[in-house]
Amino acid sequence: MELADELASRMSRRAFLGRAAAGVGAAALASLDSAQAQIPGLVTLPQKAKRVIWLTMAGGPSHLETFDPKPVLAQMHGKPMPESFTKGQQIAQLQGQKLICFGPQHGFASFGKNKTQICELFPNIGSVLDDICLVRSMTTDAINHDPAHMFMNTGAQIAGRPSMGAWITYGLGSVSKDLPGFVVLTSLGQGGQNQPIAARQWSNGFLPSKYQGVQLRAKGDPVLYLASPTGVSQTGQQADIQAINSLNRIHDSVTGDPEINTRIAQYELAFKMQASVPALMDISQEKKETLELYGCHPGDGSFASNCLLARRLAERGVRFIQLYHKDWDHHGDIKEGIRLKALEIDRACMALITDLKQRGMLEETLVVWAGEFGRTPMSQGGSGRDHHNKAMSVWLAGAGIKGGMVYGATDDLGYAAVENLTTVHDLHATMLNRLGIKHEAFTYKFQGLDARLVGVEPCKVLADIIA
Amino acid sequence: MTLKRLFFLRTSLLLASAGITVPIGQSAIASSPPASRTTGIKVVFNRDIRPILSDNCFACHGPDKNKRQANLRLDQPNPAIVPGSPNASELIKRIVLAPADAASMPPASFHKKLTAAQISLMKRWVQEGAVYQKHWAYELPVKAQVPASSNAVDYLVHARLASIGLPVSPPADRRTIIRRLYFDLIGLPPTSQEVAAFVADKSPKAYTNLVERLLANTHYGERMAQGWLDVVRFADTIGYHSDNPRNIWPYRDYVINSFNTNKRFDRFTREQLAGDLLPDANQESRVGSAFNRLLLTTEEGGAQAKDYEARYLTDRVRSLGTVWLGQTTGCCQCHDHKFDPLRTRDFYTLGAFFADVDEAIIGGREPGMLVPSAEQSKTLQVKTDAIASLKKSFDGAIPAEFAAAKASWDSNLHKTALLRQMWRWMTPSASAATNGVQLVPQPDGSILATGPNPDKTIYTVDVAAVGSIGGVQIETLPDASLPQRGPGRAGNGNFVITEVIAQAVNAAGAVRNLPFGSAQATFEQAVIAEANPYRLWSASSTIDGDQKGEEWGWAILPNAGKPQSLILALKQAAVLAAGEKLQIIIKQNHGAAHNLGRFRIAVTESKDTAEAPLNALPADIALAASKDVSKRTVAETDRMIAYFKEASPEFAPLRKQIVDAQKSRDDYEASIPRCLISVHRSTPRTVRVLPRGNWMDETGDVVQPATPAFLPGVTGGTRLDLANWIVSRQNPLPARTVMNRLWKQFFGNGLSKVLEDLGAQGEPPANPALLDYLACEFMDSGWDIKHMVRLIVNSNVYRQTSIATPLQMQKDPYNREYARQGRFRLDAEEIRDNALSVSGLLSLTIGGPSVKPYQPDRYWDNLNFPVRDYVPDKGDSQYRRGIYTWWQRSFLHPSMLAFDAPSREECAADRGRSNIPQQALVLLNDPSYVEADRAFAVRAVKECTGTPEQRISWMWNQALQRQPTTAELKTVMSIYRDRLAEYQKSPEAAKSLLSVGFAPLPADCNPPELAALTHTARIVMNLHETITRE
Repeated sequence: MELADELASRMSRRAFLGRAAAGVGAAALASLDSAQAQIPGLVTLPQKAKRVIWLTMAGGPSHLETFDPKPVLAQMHGKPMPESFTKGQQIAQLQGQKLICFGPQHGFASFGKNKTQICELFPNIGSVLDDICLVRSMTTDAINHDPAHMFMNTGAQIAGRPSMGAWITYGLGSVSKDLPGFVVLTSLGQGGQNQPIAARQWSNGFLPSKYQGVQLRAKGDPVLYLASPTGVSQTGQQADIQAINSLNRIHDSVTGDPEINTRIAQYELAFKMQASVPALMDISQEKKETLELYGCHPGDGSFASNCLLARRLAERGVRFIQLYHKDWDHHGDIKEGIRLKALEIDRACMALITDLKQRGMLEETLVVWAGEFGRTPMSQGGSGRDHHNKAMSVWLAGAGIKGGMVYGATDDLGYAAVENLTTVHDLHATMLNRLGIKHEAFTYKFQGLDARLVGVEPCKVLADIIA
Repeated sequence: MTLKRLFFLRTSLLLASAGITVPIGQSAIASSPPASRTTGIKVVFNRDIRPILSDNCFACHGPDKNKRQANLRLDQPNPAIVPGSPNASELIKRIVLAPADAASMPPASFHKKLTAAQISLMKRWVQEGAVYQKHWAYELPVKAQVPASSNAVDYLVHARLASIGLPVSPPADRRTIIRRLYFDLIGLPPTSQEVAAFVADKSPKAYTNLVERLLANTHYGERMAQGWLDVVRFADTIGYHSDNPRNIWPYRDYVINSFNTNKRFDRFTREQLAGDLLPDANQESRVGSAFNRLLLTTEEGGAQAKDYEARYLTDRVRSLGTVWLGQTTGCCQCHDHKFDPLRTRDFYTLGAFFADVDEAIIGGREPGMLVPSAEQSKTLQVKTDAIASLKKSFDGAIPAEFAAAKASWDSNLHKTALLRQMWRWMTPSASAATNGVQLVPQPDGSILATGPNPDKTIYTVDVAAVGSIGGVQIETLPDASLPQRGPGRAGNGNFVITEVIAQAVNAAGAVRNLPFGSAQATFEQAVIAEANPYRLWSASSTIDGDQKGEEWGWAILPNAGKPQSLILALKQAAVLAAGEKLQIIIKQNHGAAHNLGRFRIAVTESKDTAEAPLNALPADIALAASKDVSKRTVAETDRMIAYFKEASPEFAPLRKQIVDAQKSRDDYEASIPRCLISVHRSTPRTVRVLPRGNWMDETGDVVQPATPAFLPGVTGGTRLDLANWIVSRQNPLPARTVMNRLWKQFFGNGLSKVLEDLGAQGEPPANPALLDYLACEFMDSGWDIKHMVRLIVNSNVYRQTSIATPLQMQKDPYNREYARQGRFRLDAEEIRDNALSVSGLLSLTIGGPSVKPYQPDRYWDNLNFPVRDYVPDKGDSQYRRGIYTWWQRSFLHPSMLAFDAPSREECAADRGRSNIPQQALVLLNDPSYVEADRAFAVRAVKECTGTPEQRISWMWNQALQRQPTTAELKTVMSIYRDRLAEYQKSPEAAKSLLSVGFAPLPADCNPPELAALTHTARIVMNLHETITRE
């Protein structure tokens, strides 16, 4: 192997996404080095999770029809919401309207060794509840979709902050040879309440752009511009890239521009991705039992397929895998809406946990299920629920999280978290803890500040849910 | 690159990152060598000490009074420092303690640690007297003396380089220089002829002439606008949630035009902040004021006005900080700045300047102000005048030739009006209702329903002695006793008459049915009609024999509270015999108590009366026309004349002309661009200090507009006052901020590296005298941007080679000292423009609506409300410069994004320059680039008739303005031959490659040859050199 080739391939092993958007010259190579290994001194705690799979239930799932049973709310159904709960609190679409209690629209049943009550529409999740820690006392600051997603993803409501996937890839680097460190997949629900999701939700923000989330798409090129132009054979593509790199090397010998080596590595990596990404996406290679476990069909673009892809990405060393499943915005007909969502996600979530566990990967993978906010115990239009930020349910699994546990509680009507109140920053801190990182110490200099994913206000690791 | 060199580079970086940077002279002309670790050089607070204190100490011992610990503030003289005595200074004692010691500073919990070098500097500073300085950027800039014969940039950079022992670089070769200048000044590559001419031009003025030519080039404005559009966050869409389009692109053209006309920067500033408030405000300045509308807005359902009012205020104050002040004002939304003297109060008082900007906070789509060109203004006026002239003829006296027509028209109207009056209001002789309703006769002959209001009911009303009958009218009447004043008894004032039957009943009780033939009403309800088989609550369904169900009938929502009439014409006029009474049965079988509340009944002898179209005559005309001509009042006569003009066939041609002229004008107006602008509202929104940025907390002080206390004061509270304050000579920040950004355009980085922060946490400029000089000269020149560009690019420093020597790489790896030029990747826009220009596809049109280049299918799938299709533009619009690309904030065009174009959701002072594999995928596979490759190949075939070698050399010359080296040519020729062989075997593949994009192919082309050449074009387009400004 030629020296230059060796260097280039060494770099492509280290780097998925080249160098920082910052300096010129020597800085380039050095930052490439330091970034791809994890940041020295960052991991000071036992590293229980090597990666994160974050299942974003976009639209704001109702905790009252999923994981938070409220029999008292059922008794109060149709009665005015006591003003003591709601006075002076943020309200979205129910502003200025009469607030009426709206009882849970589905029954609850007991699952797991602790006989934990969850909505009966989720029996598959129930069957793995002993691997899951439910957090019923989650809260957030924002009450509209866009800012609430930003807050859940970046810890801030202002655009331009890095998403948690970018933070973690920046901190821990990526071990994948030919895939990005931060991958995003989206799927739609059948209910049609598919809220828009902006690309800023997986932005690198002020971190170098190599840490941005790369969206893998079910339809069209899985990665934008991945396919060679029509009429260009694989040989033709490879020969062109080799020629480009060879000419760039000649130019390097004249100019000594250190950017050129990175450029060469990126062309090689791009070519590798042209093969590796389609192979990754081809779930027809999976065993029949596995496809059945998830309940998905190759190419269907479903949440279940994305869960299976998440496992494949995890196997390939991707650091942060984020799935968005939309259609949880149940302002109306929540009864039917939740039923559809359950059909789409219940089995897939169970399959992901089961599959990871069977492969011995659950212990080193943190799985998080969360929306961007919860929903009101008050009715909207007599059949739905409005956005709500005082209470929501999320769950975590794997990476030494205590299974079968319920953490925190809301009041009798499910309006506000009252026991072990948990914030978005707490959730981020807990995730970082599982990755071996002290959340206060994980900073990046931006606009003169030591910016943190967890923000500047004190927050806590949820120590009680860690085994 | 060799391994050895790689390691060398890494080592040099390690040195740099260990904090042992080359220290910076306070004055560039200081003859003293740098401070560094060498003893004997005085430590300077702003240069050496403030950065250490700011980064490690100010968070708890700085300007923020709320977070200050132990009442100790280290940004000014304090008891913890004893000047001259490090050992007696508590500060020094604390920082040298072992981290384990509880008293050590910074505390372990702060996760910060001083290096040995930093501690040593601190000690020396205290030893030398601990002299504090005001932060450099808050002092007014001081203009260094520069000999008249020298270019100031050269003089100040060379002085600085001499002091640190770095030699300057030789000039770059002429090809590199002209390429550099083209990309930097107009963003386009020179043609090979332009390069050849410049290389051959031996005149001593060759270079300065070139500079002047490019400064006068109309594409200069496009290049200069690019950075400005980033920093002000110009985009085509609103940003939040649905991210819908807004009318704003004229602002982009305003910016381009402002740079092209070299608008003075003070005026440019005033127009953008207050173009609507200027004494000489005009269309251009108002379009400039669109600046205040560039922020992210929302249309999300459930968004709360107060929440977003606060977001908009904070967005604007952040932008003010980034665009003009070089200050990170955003921190102060929640707390006093930890490092700079900016307080929370200052943040909100700055925001209060914008409280007069008229806008809907949530979801208010505005079309914006019309922005016609001079030509369009003229045409619009002509069209407006044409309407006025037609209306004038219309309003004049009726022409004599229409006199006879008018008379006959009057006479016909008179007859019709009389016919309409032939209704007789009847007083019922008896009335009854089913299901307990009580019908109470009223003094005026009407009937009021009272008592129980059952689900359904039927009223029967008898009318005596009718005689001849042609039709029946039921007028439904409002009444104070009814819900919503009726006429119905349903909660919303509605009723449904489901069927009406008329019959003659004689004294013996024999019934003769009088069937109806037609029905009409003054109003028919169209709402809530989805389930109604007629899709209308129609009059005719009251005489349909209930064939589509008995529940459907005539109703009147939303016109509750007003009288309405149902008019039914008999199939055949009838005569009632003596003793026969007329019986009207009104069925109300809709259900839900939609029963009639008050009504009266009229009959007419004439079937014509009942059939006369109800709305044929306006009420006032009907009244006037019913009178004899001689008995009409003057007003009535006038009204009849007007009505003749409105309705007569004689006036139809003139009416049509007016309608057409109006439509022509309206259509034309709709084709004129519009732009959101700033409009002043006389009652500004109330602005409060929001404690911890919480918009729900209304306990904070109400504040008035004011500028930060630590800077010179403002006079007045308008946006114009704010703009004047920004461009005041007394404001130390804006000229520095703008010059620092300008420098980056020509060298690749700022004189102070952190472009958006000249505060304590930014970086003191490497060459403060240079930045100060540029700032002063900028103001002295009358804020003349072209003058400053000229000063910079005419310097020898600008013309140096960008190839680094080992010494430079060792001593100045980041090129902070400019002993060489920078070399950096072209910006996203220039990469596109270069490819399109070289391929011959580029459209050089300036301005206009944003355009849509090819984009991967389904890239906008995640947008909603509404879902959107992306339709790429055809023709010229497909090949426009990158600056005109549709800027969708939440999903910026992916090939722009791949090359670091910012989404412009926030102000971006400093666009990054990454090097990522997506860039390779874009240049290799994006149809825009593949099409450019094949178009370039077509050019090669057309413009160069020769061997493949000659064509490839020609391509090199077009794309890089140089000949390929032997090695390069050999590599590319081998590709050409391999591909040619491949495509000759499969010509279909060649055709397939050549079909990418909309551009037509020449009919006479040889597909395998052209496809093979497309590969060679592709290779040159992908070269690092091609996308690098050297």
